[in-house]
Amino acid sequence: MSYLSLTAADRDAMLATIGVASVDELFRDIPPAMRYGRALDVAPALTEAELQRHLEELAGKNVVDEICFLGAGIYDHYVPAVVDAVLQRGELLTAYTPYQPEMSQGVLQAIFEYQTAVCELTGMDVSNASGYDGTTVAADACFVAKHATGKSKIVVTEATNPQVRQVVKTYAPGFGLEVVEVPHEGGTTDPARLRDAAQGAAAVIFQQPNFFGILENAPELAAAANDAEAMPIAHVDLVSLGVLEAPGKYGCAMAIGEGQSAGNAMSYGGPHYGFLAARSDLIRRLPGRIVGETVDAAGDRGYVLTLQTREQHIRREKATSNITTNQTLLALAGLVHLSLLGPRGLRELGDTCMALAAYAKERLGAAGLEPVFSDKATFKEFAIHTGRPARDALGDARAKGVYAGYPLGRDYAGLDDALLVAVTEKRTVEEIDRLVEALS
Amino acid sequence: MKLIFEKSQPGRRGIGVPKPDLPVPEVPSELARKEAPRLPELAEPEVLRHFTELSTRNFGIDTGFYPLGSCTMKYNPRINERLVGLPGFAGLHPLVEDDAAQGALELEWRLQEILLEVTGLDAVSLQPAAGSQGELTGLMLFHAYFRDKGEDEQRRKIVIPDTAHGTNPASVTMSGYELTPVKTDARGNIDVEDLRGKVDEHTAGLMLTNPSTLGLFDENIEEIRDIFRSVDALMYYDGANLNAVCGISRPGDMGFDVVHINLHKTFSQPHGGGGPGGGPIAVRDILEPFLPVPVIVNDSGTFRLDYDRPKTIGKVRAFTGPFGVFVRSYAFMRSYGPGLREMSEVAVLNANYMLARLKNDYDLLYDRLCMHEFVLSARNLKKEHGVNALDVAKRLMDYGFHPPTVYFPLVVPEALMIEPTESEAKETLDAFCDAMLAIAREAADEPELVHDAPHSRPVKRLDEVRAAKEQIVRFRFEEHPAEQRAGDRELELQKGA
Repeated sequence: MSYLSLTAADRDAMLATIGVASVDELFRDIPPAMRYGRALDVAPALTEAELQRHLEELAGKNVVDEICFLGAGIYDHYVPAVVDAVLQRGELLTAYTPYQPEMSQGVLQAIFEYQTAVCELTGMDVSNASGYDGTTVAADACFVAKHATGKSKIVVTEATNPQVRQVVKTYAPGFGLEVVEVPHEGGTTDPARLRDAAQGAAAVIFQQPNFFGILENAPELAAAANDAEAMPIAHVDLVSLGVLEAPGKYGCAMAIGEGQSAGNAMSYGGPHYGFLAARSDLIRRLPGRIVGETVDAAGDRGYVLTLQTREQHIRREKATSNITTNQTLLALAGLVHLSLLGPRGLRELGDTCMALAAYAKERLGAAGLEPVFSDKATFKEFAIHTGRPARDALGDARAKGVYAGYPLGRDYAGLDDALLVAVTEKRTVEEIDRLVEALS
Repeated sequence: MKLIFEKSQPGRRGIGVPKPDLPVPEVPSELARKEAPRLPELAEPEVLRHFTELSTRNFGIDTGFYPLGSCTMKYNPRINERLVGLPGFAGLHPLVEDDAAQGALELEWRLQEILLEVTGLDAVSLQPAAGSQGELTGLMLFHAYFRDKGEDEQRRKIVIPDTAHGTNPASVTMSGYELTPVKTDARGNIDVEDLRGKVDEHTAGLMLTNPSTLGLFDENIEEIRDIFRSVDALMYYDGANLNAVCGISRPGDMGFDVVHINLHKTFSQPHGGGGPGGGPIAVRDILEPFLPVPVIVNDSGTFRLDYDRPKTIGKVRAFTGPFGVFVRSYAFMRSYGPGLREMSEVAVLNANYMLARLKNDYDLLYDRLCMHEFVLSARNLKKEHGVNALDVAKRLMDYGFHPPTVYFPLVVPEALMIEPTESEAKETLDAFCDAMLAIAREAADEPELVHDAPHSRPVKRLDEVRAAKEQIVRFRFEEHPAEQRAGDRELELQKGA
């Protein structure tokens, strides 16, 4: 086995030092009835070259050459080469959680920088080191809100990503939470209706831009939640925050979201990272790792995992979460991407997505594929009527080499002819013209 | 070293963005960003150098020996990094129709098949993102199972030994159960007499790590199983220590009903300085109806995702799980094949060899053969020379090693928890043992040298109390006027644009 170093002579010497005659003897504490008496029934070992061939065959069975207009939470943004180069640094890639700060200043400083970037983008005071993804951070935020308010109702807008809502509902019984959904009206959420639903609630979760790609009147939604003394939680897209207002500026208690758009390949859904940022008064209730600045014995600046008394390895059953492993490497990818973009690049990224999406919406409309919510401003994604079952339209477009979008009927009754179309900066005018042609 | 924000200069940037010749729609003013975020402004070479410099201030398994107990820091094969980047994997959107994802689904299904063989159970969900989420999912399955039987109200208690990882009790709370702690006996096993008095018809189940965090296989596991079976309670296996027993003993055969597998430990997903991980769960057939959706179905070689599962608990994460983790772990498993057993044998051999070399100079509370890891105590050094486990850990850095896990498990005072894994050469194990023995001598002869360690790292010992007190958890631009000015200038640039 090429990953193992011990020679037969090594083994003999080691067994002699231990004082046993064989490797089998090392397992004598396992009751005989519980030993597995045969070889594992798995395929024979592959050499590296065989492994490469086998996985290339599997990868080759996936279809990735259709022009991608599919979004619905995961987006085909460009990932810069420097991101890959940084992530392949073995010192970062193959390190564990930085429990020993003197061995881990690189990762700790990177997380501190990531926290700073997330706070800047969201307008919040504090960010954790990442959560699993954009769905689980929503459940985490509910747990924070419940304990901060002592209330046990959570309101989620129906225009929030269906998978986010589903994960919140799956976690809710264990947290002792009841989840109430507020329907959308013409693609957006009515602040008055949200205010009514938020009475007695710990928190209100809404998405900006929402699942339909539409810009909600987020400041009014946050105000409605605050009026009802429920914590407003905005689920946002990091790459929209060069052009859209930061949730911290319009009164949100927490800002959460899926970080994949910044720095991560789509990779069939992961690994990616979720971000969770909050007002400073919630810092002791946050789940997960937080890195803080300090000094070393010589008085020089350094970084450590901090406020660990919130965490499971200290607090056990009283911890703010059970999370240990998070998504540090993927969050680092996000930081590298954001650092390459800078404030101007992030702004331009948003502008380009909006410009291309607007062009696509207009051209599709001109071809008879009308927007589902015609009067609403959108960011990089929008819904269109295909005039027939959306899956049929999707199938026909795929036959022409275009993956045209996400059929909204999967999650929303009455939208069976609707496709949700996403346009990132990677798409070109020519590709959009092909989309229009493929759907017409 | 400067933060990237302190290297920022207005007007620089690292990457361009396509600018199509199209009008940019106006964002309604009440929704538009008013102040630009103070992201750093650097050209590409400086960005790369910044993160490269950060990497030189870090230590990974690529750098050297990393015997962090309970974390299974084994070699991460480089071929797996190449494979996860194949365009057919990296470029695949998770919401494509199943016909476009046949290779991904086949890989996931094949991974599940290997996990079933290794765990001895009946069905798998790959969805949980990490071990702790696997735990929580498993406990949700407990609830669903007993709710289905009409016993969920009655069964409120989960039994956990005092040696457990902190995630276990935290998961119990998050899932809405109550914790029943149970003691450890003089041999490091669960105290069966204590257990017997605590398990009854109100017990939903047990969470156990076996081998335990002491690195010991519980010799009473058959009796423990019978106690839980006698009240129809369930058993959860924390798979953090599965690296000890692959192909040697299977959790399903021990009587466990749910197992989580830490793909970032036993199956070599690189841990990335804190993640990603993977925490699939394998379950006995009685729990299969309740698994998260979607479930992968193999219709004679054609694969599909099944959401139509009336008894499902729902979803614990988006999509099918962290797919890239599955690629790496599947590749790792295929490179071993049935040799996964040898992997575990060598992990256990390495640990026992180190234990044999060290147990005369450090205290050992439970003097038995260990499994894949062992726990020493520095209480002798503390008592005799005032040198504690943390001092030993910091001094090991000067010898070029990552320290072991310290102060865990809680039942061992001044704990040093050492897990070598199968990846190491005997010379490395010997060098580490030599360092541990040298430090024990230094503790007697030059205790200050150990107290003040590390002497060789980019920073000295860090003041963690100060960090918790001051709570500086982001760069304070306002205290660094140069960066503030840069931010202001950026705003002006945007206004002018």
